[in-house]
Amino acid sequence: MFRNQYDTDVTTWSPAGRLFQVEYAMEAVKQGSAAIGLRSKTHVVLASVNKASSELSSYQKKIFKVDDHIGVAIAGLTADGRVLSRYMRNECINYSYTYESPLPVGRLVVQLADKAQVCTQRSWKRPYGVGLLVGGLDESGAHLYYNCPSGNYFEYQAFAIGSRSQAAKTYLERKFEGFMDSSRENLIKDALFALRETLQGEKLTSAICTIAVLGVGEAFHILDQETVQGLINEFEVVGEEPPAPADEPAAPDQAGDAEPSPAPADQGPPADQGIAPMDI
Amino acid sequence: MNVADSSPAPAMNNLLASNADSQRTLYPYVTGTSVVGIKYKDGILLAADMGGSYGSTLRYKTVERLKSVGKHSIIGASGEISDFQEIMRYLDELILYDNMWDDGNSLGPKEVHNYLTRVMYNRRNKFNPLWNSLVLGGVKNGQKYLGTVNMIGVHYEDDHVATGFGNHLARPILRDEWHENLTFEEGVKLLEKCMRVLLYRDRSAVNKLQIARITQDGVKVFPPYSLKTFWNFNAFQNPTVGAEGSW
Amino acid sequence: MTKQQANWSPYDNNGGTCVAIAGADYCVIAADTRMSTGYNILTRDYSKIIQLADKSVMASSGFQADVRALQKVLAARHLIYQHQHNKQMSCPAMAQLLSNTLYYKRFFPYYAFNVLGGLDSEGKGCVFTYDAVGSYERVGYSSQGSGSTLITPFLDNQLKSPSPLLLPAKDAVTPLSESEAIDLVKTCFASATERDIYTGDKLEIVILNASGLRREYMELRKD
Repeated sequence: MFRNQYDTDVTTWSPAGRLFQVEYAMEAVKQGSAAIGLRSKTHVVLASVNKASSELSSYQKKIFKVDDHIGVAIAGLTADGRVLSRYMRNECINYSYTYESPLPVGRLVVQLADKAQVCTQRSWKRPYGVGLLVGGLDESGAHLYYNCPSGNYFEYQAFAIGSRSQAAKTYLERKFEGFMDSSRENLIKDALFALRETLQGEKLTSAICTIAVLGVGEAFHILDQETVQGLINEFEVVGEEPPAPADEPAAPDQAGDAEPSPAPADQGPPADQGIAPMDI
Repeated sequence: MNVADSSPAPAMNNLLASNADSQRTLYPYVTGTSVVGIKYKDGILLAADMGGSYGSTLRYKTVERLKSVGKHSIIGASGEISDFQEIMRYLDELILYDNMWDDGNSLGPKEVHNYLTRVMYNRRNKFNPLWNSLVLGGVKNGQKYLGTVNMIGVHYEDDHVATGFGNHLARPILRDEWHENLTFEEGVKLLEKCMRVLLYRDRSAVNKLQIARITQDGVKVFPPYSLKTFWNFNAFQNPTVGAEGSW
Repeated sequence: MTKQQANWSPYDNNGGTCVAIAGADYCVIAADTRMSTGYNILTRDYSKIIQLADKSVMASSGFQADVRALQKVLAARHLIYQHQHNKQMSCPAMAQLLSNTLYYKRFFPYYAFNVLGGLDSEGKGCVFTYDAVGSYERVGYSSQGSGSTLITPFLDNQLKSPSPLLLPAKDAVTPLSESEAIDLVKTCFASATERDIYTGDKLEIVILNASGLRREYMELRKD
């Protein structure tokens, strides 16, 4: 019959104090192909896996330039991601129209989070099904934020979202202490290695990833495919070897949907479906 | 000058005149006269007197026309005093909201000047101007900034600026004597020279002035004081003697 | 209290002169840097030239507040264009955008007199000249602003551009070399400054060619 009487709209609480619609939106993020971000004092690198939904189609763009000093990488519903990046672009243009200076990243991220929050409190709305890694540069240096459909946002040294992002996170957790003083090149290198972790043995080529860089004296830009392939070859990030030992099956994330939760029981663990239907 | 002839201004005036019950500023009531501002070695200096004129009546004598705007900027205003006080409400709110982010970012003089320019220009677009000429100075990250904007949104930056009569009487002096490495004392002397000339020749000027200073270390608006004047020149005492063809 | 001021006007004329010359593989855009109001010089170093895209540069005189607003609108529109198309706007496209932007305010116009110079998609120099409400035309050279009455006839005489009535249409680009065009512009401004009180202080020249953008300056009379 019915599994859950508390998940039919966003504004209804479960007795356990949860908002299921919001949690479902966060599940959508986990099903999109992976996106990675990391930063040093002066640079931010964003990376994403491009998975075409069909042999016959091309992939969808997952990294967007917002302004010279801000860029985003998204995982989840790309359509929602595009809407939000357009909002961010507009905010940047409006700010620089009024002040002739760049909008501080942290402020844009709060505005974005507030926008997402509104959708968790209106019965006629739906939360955005997208997670955004926002990289930016302002007066106080380089920043990396993660914006979640729930309206929460966090600042990170390095982070990964999307399917099998746990493997990338494990890699980043092992190495993040050195990132602050990392050079631009090393940052890109670590981004590529972290990206490879999410591929689970598949070969990393420039055709299935996008890399973007932003830093002091370097406006946000997406590296072209040849450059990326060159870097992959240079760093020998070939992949194809069996995944790191004791690599968790990527599913047990923090959300705590392991217990017999009334959450999406019908969908298998997100990890083992290669490409999410939501991503199409 | 024949701007009015070549621009569509007359049509606009008819539009205004037909609005008998309009709430727009068509002319100012209580006005402040010139503001003079200069860059100097360590920052920016502004000077303005404290008179508030009601037409040709010197109505108020303690009008503060120099104010600080946040940590990095100072503003000086000439023109309608009530409009300036409204502008200060805008700016205080702007700075309050900026501080409330509490994130280490702050609006510098360039941002404030740009904001003001947009405010002034928007109001002129609505045919409801804020009747002021503003001078904005500041220092942020070791960068000195001095700019001005008027009631129709015309704005520029320079090493020295002046509003109203200051443009006629003070700026020629500044163009002659200003240089990049003025000390604070030299800067004040130069401003006093300008203010004295204005006092002699601008009938709205009063002999009570304030000087404001902004440096990397902060803002200081000095208490009001008077300039020493000498009115016993022959030409002052008996202005018509020897002035052929004058009344 | 009786009214003491003249009626308020939303417009002012801040003066200034702009010139642009298109050549076979270059474009020269120039303007003085004086900003005036009435008999006052407000500042001697205000640039009237703005780069709107890689290959389009606009010089504007008239009412400075309107000019600045116009520049900001175009800059914002170009940012949006870049986000949507992933490339820089071409000069002819910018020319059309400028026209539309001006005409949008047909009944409360931007009091701005613009020349837009740049390189077209073939790398050929192009100059577009405007009135305040957006009429525009592609020409080989043009002058706008307070000194244009002095400069335009001089350029007509020196450049002898083919009549736009000729059929088949003749190319409007000037036969001069780049350095000859720059010298001509300098002469124009030196002369205009002699008689036009709104032109002077300094001349800013922007040169666009295949190797990019370059700026030159020349001092003008300051009186």
